[in-house]
Amino acid sequence: MRRVASAVLVLWGAVTVTFLALHLIPGSIVDAIIGQSRVTPEIRAQIIQDYSLDKPLWQQYLGYLGRLLHGDLGHSYNQGVAVSTALEQQAGSTFALLLGGVAFALVGSVVVAVATANRPRWIRGPAATAEVVSVAVPSFWLGILLLTVFSFRLHWFPAIGANGFNGLVLPSIALGLAPAAMLSQVLRQGLERVLEEPFIITARARGLRSAAVLLRHALRHAVLPVVTLTGWLVGAFVSGAVVIESVFSRQGLGHLTVGAISQRDFPLVAAIVLISALVYVVVNLAVDALYPLLDPRLRKAPEVVR
Amino acid sequence: MTALVDVANLDVRFGAVHAVRGISFRIEAGQSVAIVGESGSGKSVTARSLIGLAGRGSTVRADRLDIDGTDARRLPEGRWRRLRGRRVGFVLQDALVSLDPARTVGAEIGEALRTHGTVPRAEVDAKVLDLFRDVGVPQPELRAGQYPHQLSGGLRQRALIASAIAADPALLIADEPTTALDVTVQAQILQLLAHRRAAGTALLLISHDLAVVSTVADYVLVMKDGVFVEQGPTRQVLEDPSHPYTRQLLAAVPVAHARGTRLSPAVGGPVAQPRPETGPEIVLEAKNLIKAYGVITAVDDVSLQLRSGETLGIVGESGSGKTTTARLLLDLETADSGTVDVDGTIWSEIDAKSQRLLRRRIQVVYQDPLSSFDPRYPVHRIVAEPLAVAGVPRAERRARVVALLDQVGLSAQVLDRRPAQLSGGQRQRVAIARALAPEPRVIVCDEPVSALDVSIQAQVLDLLADLQAELGISYVFISHHLGVVYHVSDRVLVMKDGKVVESGDVEQIFHDPRHEYTKSLLAAVPTLKSTEVIR
Repeated sequence: MRRVASAVLVLWGAVTVTFLALHLIPGSIVDAIIGQSRVTPEIRAQIIQDYSLDKPLWQQYLGYLGRLLHGDLGHSYNQGVAVSTALEQQAGSTFALLLGGVAFALVGSVVVAVATANRPRWIRGPAATAEVVSVAVPSFWLGILLLTVFSFRLHWFPAIGANGFNGLVLPSIALGLAPAAMLSQVLRQGLERVLEEPFIITARARGLRSAAVLLRHALRHAVLPVVTLTGWLVGAFVSGAVVIESVFSRQGLGHLTVGAISQRDFPLVAAIVLISALVYVVVNLAVDALYPLLDPRLRKAPEVVR
Repeated sequence: MTALVDVANLDVRFGAVHAVRGISFRIEAGQSVAIVGESGSGKSVTARSLIGLAGRGSTVRADRLDIDGTDARRLPEGRWRRLRGRRVGFVLQDALVSLDPARTVGAEIGEALRTHGTVPRAEVDAKVLDLFRDVGVPQPELRAGQYPHQLSGGLRQRALIASAIAADPALLIADEPTTALDVTVQAQILQLLAHRRAAGTALLLISHDLAVVSTVADYVLVMKDGVFVEQGPTRQVLEDPSHPYTRQLLAAVPVAHARGTRLSPAVGGPVAQPRPETGPEIVLEAKNLIKAYGVITAVDDVSLQLRSGETLGIVGESGSGKTTTARLLLDLETADSGTVDVDGTIWSEIDAKSQRLLRRRIQVVYQDPLSSFDPRYPVHRIVAEPLAVAGVPRAERRARVVALLDQVGLSAQVLDRRPAQLSGGQRQRVAIARALAPEPRVIVCDEPVSALDVSIQAQVLDLLADLQAELGISYVFISHHLGVVYHVSDRVLVMKDGKVVESGDVEQIFHDPRHEYTKSLLAAVPTLKSTEVIR
C-alpha cells in the first residue's frame, strides 16, 4: 500500500513539473501551447479559456489536474488532433518495441549467464569480453550495423517501416543488446555467488544434475538484482526508443517526441513526459510485487509457526 | 563383505594448500565412524571427497577410493550422481542455509525422491510425509508446505536429514550436524542419528566436539593438519588417548573435574587456577528489567547483582533473552521498565555526556569479533580507539596498545594486521584488549568462545581467568554452552522465555538443580562417555 502511495506521489510530481514548465517558458503561455502552428484569434481565446489562463495560478493548476484525471491531455495544435489521439496512434508500436527490447535483454542475459557461470576460462573469458564490447557500442551504430548486414546484405529482415514481428527483430536487438550484456554480467556474478552457498552443495549431494541445480536452485536467487535493474531499464528504454525509432524509421512515441520537441508542441511533449512517468511507475510497482514471489522470506509472515 | 567406503592414501590439494595428506580408512555397512578435528584439519574436505564434491580447484588423489564398491577415482560426473543421495546421503551443518530458502522443505525432500526415482511420481507426496514422520516431525502435512525460515532450528535440521535419507542411502555423512543447535535440540538430533544407525544405516560424523561424537560413534578418527593422528574404538580413544593432540583435545573440554584448573596444555598435568576472592562491592545491579518487542516480551522481570571480581554466568537457549539482557546492561537498548546501575550510577538518571563516561566502566566482548571490528582498521587502531575516546594523549597510545596486547598474550607483530589476517583466537584476544583499554570494572562477554575451536576456547577461557585474578575485573558471561559456564562462573542465572527460572551458586545449579528446565538442560548435554562430567 505504501508503494502505491509513493507511486501516486511520483506521478503527481511529474504532473506538477510539467505544469510549472509551461509557466516558466519565456514568452506567452498561449504561444507555448500552440507551438509553431498558426491559429486564429478565436482559437487563442479558446485556449485561454480552456487553460483558465485569465484566472489565478492555483485555479489553473487545479483545472489542469482535473482535466488530466478525466483523461484529457489537451490538443496538439501542430498535429491538429487531440493529444490522446496522437498518442494512441503511436503508442502501440513503441510498446511493442519496449517489450521486444526487454524480452531480448532478459532472455539473452539469462541464456548467456546460465551457460557461462562457473565455467572454465575459455568459455567465461570470451563471454565477458563480448559483454564489455556490447555495453560500449552505441545503440544507433549497432542499429545501422544490423540493418547493413541483415537487411541490405542478407535480406533476412525488412529494412524500414515494416510492422509485425519481422520488423521488430532488429530494433529489439539494437535496443536490448547493451542492457542484455549488463544484465548477464550481473546475473553471472550472482549465480557464481549463489553456487557457493551450502544449499547448493546439499542439492548436488542429493544427486541432482548441474543443469537442474542451476535452473531450479541458483537462478531464482541470482535473478533478484536483475529484476531490480529491469525496472530501472524500462525507464532507460523509453529514451532509447527515440534513437532506435529514428534509425529504423519506425513509427512510435520516440519519433513523435522528436517531432514534438522540434516543433515546440508543448501539450504533446508534456503528455509524453507523463506517459513515461506512468510506465516507469507501473513497471516498478510490478517489480516490487515480484520480489515476494521469488523469495518467500520477503513475504509478509503469517506468523512463524513453531 | 565389501566396505561402503574403502579409502587408501587419500590426498587432496587446493593449489598450494595441502588439505588432506594421505589418509586411509574404511566404513563397513552399519558402522558408525566419526572424524574429529578442529577447523582447518581437513575433516570436511575428506567427507566431501567421498561424494566427489571436494570443492572448486581441488585435486583429489588416492591409491584406493572405493565408494559402495565403485572405484571412484576419476569417476565421471554422471556416475557420481548415481552414488550421491542414493548410496550416500549428506547432511550439512546449518539447515537454514543448507536447504534452499526459496523452496518449501517438502519440495526439497520430494526432489531427492524424484531425482532417483525412489518411488513412482504419483507417490512422491505421500512418501515425503512418511519421511517427515520417520525423522520425528509432527504435523507433516503442515510442515511440508513451509519454508526453512518458518521452521525452528530443530525441525529444519530434521527436514534436512529427511532429504538426505529420502533415497534410502546405505551411508549417511553428517558434517557438524548439531553445531548450530541448542543443547536440548542437539540431543534430539543425536538421538535421531542413533535411530538411523539402529535401522542399519552406516554413519560418518564430522565434528569438532568429542563429546557429541562419543554418544553416537563406535570408531573415532582424530584428524589434525590433514592426517589422522590417532584412531580406534571410541571408548579406547577417550579413555586411553595415545597421541598428545588427543589428550590436549580432551583436556580442553571444560568438564566437571577441570573446574578450578587451567584448560590449555601445561607441562606436567593440570595446573590449579583457583577462583579469585569475590569483593564486597556491587559493580553492576539490574532491577526488574522488562523489555518487549511488539507482543513478545524478550526480557521479563530480570534482576541481577554482580560483585567486584565475580563472574555471573547466564545460560539459556536461543530466544531466551540472554543477549537482550546484555544489551540492556550495556545501555545499548532502553528497558521498558526497571533500572541498571553500573558502579553506583543508574543509566537512565544521567545525561548523554555522563553516559558516555559511564560506558568506559562496562565493556563488551562479542561472539564474532570479525563482524564487530571495522575490517579496514589495523589492530593498533582497533585497540587505540577507546583510548582516544578516554582522552589518552596520542603520544602515549602506542605504548598503551602494546602493553594491552601483551596483557592478552599477543606480540607487537600483530599491530599492523587487519582483522581478516588474524586467526579466530587472535581476534578474540584483540577484542578483549579493546574491552580492557578504558579500564572497565565489568566486561559483558556474549558467547565469547562459541565460534572457537575447543583448544582455542580453552586458551581464551584461561586468559579471561588470568585477567580477572590480575585486575579484579567482573564478568557477565553469557553462553548456551553449559560446560563453559560451569567452568568460569561463580553464580549462574538460567533464563527461559525472557524469565530467570533459576539462579544461585554454580555448584548448586549444576549439581542440585531445582527447576525442571534446568534439569532438562543438564540432561541434554552430551558427555564424554569415559569421564565423569557435569550431570
